[in-house]
Amino acid sequence: MAVTDLTACEIRKAIAERRLSAVEAAEGCLRAIGRLDPKIKAFLSTDPEGARRRAAEVDRRLAAGENVGLLAGIPVAVKDNMCTADGQPTTCASRILGGWRAPYDAHVVERLKAEGAVIVGKTNLDEFAMGSSTENSAYGATRNPWDLTRVPGGSSGGSAAAVAARLVPIALGSDTGGSIRQPAALCGVVGMKPTYGRVSRYGLVAFASSLDQIGPFGRTVADAALLLRATAGHDRRDSTSVREPVPDYLEGLEEPVRPLRIGVPREFFSAGIDPEVESVVREALAVYERLGAALVPIMLPHSTDYAIATYYIVATSEASSNLARYDGVHYGYRSSDHTDMIDMYMRSRAQGFGDEVKRRIMLGTYALSSGYYDAYYKKALEVRRLIRRDFEQAFAKVDCIMGPTSPTPAFRVGERTADPLAMYLSDVYTVSANLAAIAGISIPCGFTAGGLPVGLQIITDVFTEGRLLRIARMYERETGWTKRAPPIAEGAA
Amino acid sequence: MALSSKEVLKVGTLSRIRLTPEEVEKFSSQLSAILDYVDKLRELDTAGVEPLAHALPIHNVLRPDEPRPGLAPEQALGGAPQSEGDFFRVPRVLDEGASA
Repeated sequence: MAVTDLTACEIRKAIAERRLSAVEAAEGCLRAIGRLDPKIKAFLSTDPEGARRRAAEVDRRLAAGENVGLLAGIPVAVKDNMCTADGQPTTCASRILGGWRAPYDAHVVERLKAEGAVIVGKTNLDEFAMGSSTENSAYGATRNPWDLTRVPGGSSGGSAAAVAARLVPIALGSDTGGSIRQPAALCGVVGMKPTYGRVSRYGLVAFASSLDQIGPFGRTVADAALLLRATAGHDRRDSTSVREPVPDYLEGLEEPVRPLRIGVPREFFSAGIDPEVESVVREALAVYERLGAALVPIMLPHSTDYAIATYYIVATSEASSNLARYDGVHYGYRSSDHTDMIDMYMRSRAQGFGDEVKRRIMLGTYALSSGYYDAYYKKALEVRRLIRRDFEQAFAKVDCIMGPTSPTPAFRVGERTADPLAMYLSDVYTVSANLAAIAGISIPCGFTAGGLPVGLQIITDVFTEGRLLRIARMYERETGWTKRAPPIAEGAA
Repeated sequence: MALSSKEVLKVGTLSRIRLTPEEVEKFSSQLSAILDYVDKLRELDTAGVEPLAHALPIHNVLRPDEPRPGLAPEQALGGAPQSEGDFFRVPRVLDEGASA
């Protein structure tokens, strides 16, 4: 079996038992990247020498009997909107940060290193995490490993594709409106957005500060649990990170949640859903029923269309503020044809930002501007509270909420780029969890007749990641979707 | 909610993003369509509903007022497009009466 067919947990065990070296694991991934990534384009940069060095260091320390950490020797990829200070740039897939070298590591990057992980590269994303297909990258689109004519989803499409194609076993992404869960669904892998505040955002380049969260991708629920455990926890450098203790998410993972009441919102099965997606997801819900769970019809009246409208006001408003720092002064791209300082701002930003980023900054600026603030931004925040209340009422009756992660399977490259609104509707089932700050996961639950992955989304209340993972594991144990590899990844690396 | 070209240009200026005439036209129709969509929030009665700006009930996270090391000047200036000594170098900001 090729090392790239092993899960992170299997690699961890093999390395700990000295059946596999960290260097072998890294080399296996680097070979797979060399062979497949020219077609998939999951990576914006790789650091083979750095990876080999770190892997050799892990092997040396293990041989000396040291405890190297939770992720000792496991190759990992990091979405390119998280700061890495050594070896590789941090570009956010934007020309405005082309070649930029971060002066510090993100908190999660520090955690990866402290736990002995081997970072092999930075993955592609929609520019500044704004998008649902990774087509908004200034450096080219990533392809879906299951069908190279289709998108991997976004904005964490590179990380999702890298894990799906078995280039790395685990990867970090970020989720502001669904940017981990949706690409996980489209690529047939596990992707999780923790509760807001569970994982420090220090060093995550900010898009929408009240919505952004970093989370894990893996091929299995256990791998996602492992990566979450390694990266979660309080960080005093992020004042929105919480002091909730981090449980060992792997311990007790095999224990089913009983009794299990599953809320099924009719809004998550409304018009616009692909009939094959609906059918596959309802079959997954039937598996839970066979396991003894009760399906409870619920209503989340504000969670779909109203949530998209709320999201595209709140997120864009926060983005207009966060992206004001890209002005050609302190870092990043500066135009060469300006006349004065204001003109420098105007031209640097015009030349450095892509269209979607410009659209969102302008939307947010408009929504916050004098005369429109009450009608748009304040109104959106009021609806946000209604969305939050929908979930509070639901969680009084059920333990979790389930539905499709995405209304459709992976769409073709170029299919939605002419209509921004059509692209925004890809997130119709995911944005409400960000607005309400709650945790959500997407797990593979089958395929369409055409061989495209379908994801089941499971949502639970704040700081219940352990229960969420156990609920996900219940289904994974009964089914074998995570074992199936995309044809492109079959065969030894 | 249809945005006029004039409004798009104004938003562009507020956003500090220079727009070509073609972009003004393109963004005008795209932004108008998006604003039409988000206008559906008007259907909801939110009288008496408190805005929810922050997801979690965390307030006033403070630390002791003790100096801690930050970025060294070389690190802070390391990505600067232009610098001079310990300063970021920028174009002259013109006297009053000039643009902006």
